[in-house]
Amino acid sequence: MLMGGAEQEARVPPPSDIIALALDELGNPFYDAGPNDKGIGIQLGYSIYRVMAGFLMAAAIAIPIGFVVGMSPLMYKALNPFIQVLRPISPLAWMPLALFVIKDSEASAIFVIFICSIWPMLINTAFGVASVRRDWVNVARTHELSPFKTALTVILPAAAPTILTGMRISIGIAWLVIVAAEMLVGGTGIGYYVWNEWNNLDLASVIFSILMIGIVGMVLDLMLSAVSRFVQYKE
Amino acid sequence: MSHSFLEIQGLSKRFPAANGGEGLTVFENVSLNIEKGEFVCVIGHSGCGKSTILNVLAGLDEASDGLVFMNGKEVAGPSLDRGVIFQNYSLLPWLSSLKNVEFGVKARWPSWSKEQIRDHSMRYLELVGLKEAALRKPAELSGGMRQRVSIARAFATQPQLLLMDEPFGALDALTRGVIQEELIKIWSESKQTVFMITHDVDEAILLSDRILLMTNGPYARIAESVKVSIPRPRNRNSVIHDPGYYKIRNHLVDFLVNRSKELAGASGAEAIETVAVDPAHDDGAVRAPEAVLAKTGS
Repeated sequence: MLMGGAEQEARVPPPSDIIALALDELGNPFYDAGPNDKGIGIQLGYSIYRVMAGFLMAAAIAIPIGFVVGMSPLMYKALNPFIQVLRPISPLAWMPLALFVIKDSEASAIFVIFICSIWPMLINTAFGVASVRRDWVNVARTHELSPFKTALTVILPAAAPTILTGMRISIGIAWLVIVAAEMLVGGTGIGYYVWNEWNNLDLASVIFSILMIGIVGMVLDLMLSAVSRFVQYKE
Repeated sequence: MSHSFLEIQGLSKRFPAANGGEGLTVFENVSLNIEKGEFVCVIGHSGCGKSTILNVLAGLDEASDGLVFMNGKEVAGPSLDRGVIFQNYSLLPWLSSLKNVEFGVKARWPSWSKEQIRDHSMRYLELVGLKEAALRKPAELSGGMRQRVSIARAFATQPQLLLMDEPFGALDALTRGVIQEELIKIWSESKQTVFMITHDVDEAILLSDRILLMTNGPYARIAESVKVSIPRPRNRNSVIHDPGYYKIRNHLVDFLVNRSKELAGASGAEAIETVAVDPAHDDGAVRAPEAVLAKTGS
């Protein structure tokens, strides 16, 4: 008892500690007691906002480009090399460049989300559009639909399930990446929260936030899977 | 000089060879006329280019040579004046039956109001007996019902020429019979000009005014034009009792089994003149192949 009763080594906290912390945190998720002490709801809110901002921007660009690439073999050949080179780059590798060019950590984090969620959507959209059944396109042609109307009334609904699969993959990756990105840029967000609690050696909070990351990721995926049920069709 | 409603002149389809050698000529020098209101069937073995001819008429494919005129105007590209019924129905699976018909009606008359489009589409769905299934998606319909929706869509747009590519090929014999009679019913109301491809000899006799027989490919061509003089209205039961029925049937089967091969052209073979035969009004039995050849004057 020379050590004054203190424990010999730090241990992983027992589940009871984590449950107690969870009840406490979830009871008041939106408190704000300064930069180093914000409720879990606020931190998750920041992360979700960044993911949605980057994801929606990526969708706004990836889906139209995917359409063009899928409909035109020429555009496919022209853009495919760039896509193949850019796609395997780890999203975090863009971070220094983004910080230097954008000069704003918040916007840089959103850019990283944007750049990582663009590829699955682009590739899936292009694939979905390119593999629309020839017969359906012929129906549009024999009904004298303009290319724009064909894209809107035939190709879009036909490719929608594939496009939504791409969106689901993208939002999953975006949620994986945001944690790492926020560990780097700091300030706010669930990634920052995890790292901050590690620095505080508050392992109960670390484990609690890990669980929260899992739950939010699952909810994001469930939301898109609910949307994809709307556009699903049986042949 | 008066023109026929549909004129096909010297149509050919060739595929260039990959290595720059001699390509493949599927069919050559196909010429025929179709009058307004005529129901014409084409029979021939697989690979003779029937579907290609139909796709050229639809504007979905391009011939290597030759011209097609409808109403004296050259056919170039797809048009709502030429409706197509595909073998695999080609319904849009994310739309209900009614919406599928409305898809065609909306394209045909873009200025119509919603109610007008709906009423018009509903009328044609009723005509094929699918009023109850109007809100069901194609996946929830049987093959026969799907093809009925497809027929309703094509007739609802009231095209001047209706093209059908083996419309009943994927259906079982019983369903096929029922839909054939429905087709006769709708057709006799609208008197549309129809160009149809089939493999089924009985179907061709039941439906058409004229049957075109194609020789085997490559270098396929239309060798005979057989007139079906069985009086209308026809139905499946009555046609087989017509005295001319089996004469026509035997003539067609004989062509498909024997003569389509014998007449098949080789490279550079001279095109045989198309003959019009009307077996039902011939006195004798089915003529021997030699007799037919002799008649062509080749």
